[in-house]
Amino acid sequence: MQLIHCPWCGPREEVEFHYGGQAEVAYPDDPAALSDREWAEFVFYRDNPKGPFAERWSHATGCRKWFNAVRDTRTYEFLATYRVGDPVPAVVRRHQEVSA
Amino acid sequence: MSTPGAHLPEHPDFLWRNPEPRKTYDVVIIGGGGHGLATAHYLAKNHGITNVAVLEKGWLAGGNMARNTTLIRSNYLWDESAAIYEHSLKLWEGLEEDLGYPILFSQRGVLNLAHTEQDVRDSVRRVEANKLNGVDAEWVSPEQVKEICPIVNISGDIRYPVQGATYQPRAGIAKHDYVAWGFARRADEAGIDLIQDCEVTGFTVDGDRVTGVRTSRGDIGAGTVALCAAGHTSVLLEMLGVRTPLQSHPLQALVSELLKPVHPTIVMSNAVHVYVSQAHKGELVMGAGVDAYNGYGQRGAFHIIERQMAAAVELFPVFARAHLLRSWAGIVDVTPDASPIVGHTPYENVFVNSGWGTGGFKATPGIGWCYAHTIAHGEPHPYVAPFALDRFVTGALVDEHGAAAVAH
Repeated sequence: MQLIHCPWCGPREEVEFHYGGQAEVAYPDDPAALSDREWAEFVFYRDNPKGPFAERWSHATGCRKWFNAVRDTRTYEFLATYRVGDPVPAVVRRHQEVSA
Repeated sequence: MSTPGAHLPEHPDFLWRNPEPRKTYDVVIIGGGGHGLATAHYLAKNHGITNVAVLEKGWLAGGNMARNTTLIRSNYLWDESAAIYEHSLKLWEGLEEDLGYPILFSQRGVLNLAHTEQDVRDSVRRVEANKLNGVDAEWVSPEQVKEICPIVNISGDIRYPVQGATYQPRAGIAKHDYVAWGFARRADEAGIDLIQDCEVTGFTVDGDRVTGVRTSRGDIGAGTVALCAAGHTSVLLEMLGVRTPLQSHPLQALVSELLKPVHPTIVMSNAVHVYVSQAHKGELVMGAGVDAYNGYGQRGAFHIIERQMAAAVELFPVFARAHLLRSWAGIVDVTPDASPIVGHTPYENVFVNSGWGTGGFKATPGIGWCYAHTIAHGEPHPYVAPFALDRFVTGALVDEHGAAAVAH
């Protein structure tokens, strides 16, 4: 079991958390203007990278707040966790550059 | 039930050739698991197409084919799913003869337990849908569950009491390695090249056609490319700039030590997330739902196993003293409607077979048959046509979350 670093509560056990899929998938600005294809993309399509992935987690049995994490889907290692709206941490940007 | 292991066949003295890849093939199948090998077999057998390579990045059938729980059933809810899975089950029933190879197909039946009033309603509905589709199915009471599988705890005192079950007597298990080897041997005999240790790293493209694949063993030209890469499908299609609504998750399974025959059928429970059968040698084979997060690591989180074992021991108190022998994970490709994605891609000579999620093994001969037809004719076989990628745009989903049986 992993320790996941909640940006508010600090490191807590994995069982306290709930996974929320890809981060920063924004609701469309003008929903009525979307084509069927664009709706399909918004509702059903998500990235599925083999490597660093920015995703949402919630500290479900702790502070119950949502936060963002960048996790490597090959190793499951959390490269960083950060509050929603904060910039992606530098360590993750460097990691992504190395991977690319 | 006979003595466990008594009927395991001898290993053959010859498996298949291990050829160098040629410069070009009419069909290049990416993925040397069950689906890729079955597709190769039926391309040769049903369509006479043998200028084919099956590329496998590791060793043949060493991915999900070696990591699954080998359950075979066709009791899905919707007509589209019943058609493909029942086609597959009928092929399983003649597969040993077709392949000329033992696969230890054992039709011991499956019980899908219901634990709540809503479970009961959904289950009875599914039984009636199955009957209308010519799939064998019946609704059985808790007492009948006990008759079919005496070690199930049908007490009313447990957290999720058994309220009954659907029963498909023709369901069963098979020996996954032998299934793969049977398909591989027939494909090899037909002249198809099975190329191991050959990872696809890219594609060569000319307009809306793919002309070949780049691999760790050099470039290979291809008339048609057919993906059979399960959890890695979206990684491959990403190289072509094609997005799919697939998410890759670890799906864990485990086995106990070898035990005497105690479990004569298959028991699945959607609500408490465990399913169990007893392998030919005697291991209890158990699976659960997928791990929640995306992953490619072929392992999962321990707390998933802990919850699965808690459910198993409540349903089967006799398991409490069984020892866990080993656990593992496959990487499954999950879709939003829990149904596969098969057929055309935006590239006219690239076909996709993916999204089987937790249920790909049972489909092996059926999808091999239909995918070979799709490749040979350049158009989807009628059984796979409903599973086209464009259903996520048209909205014609095949929602099998209920009948897919485990959470994903």
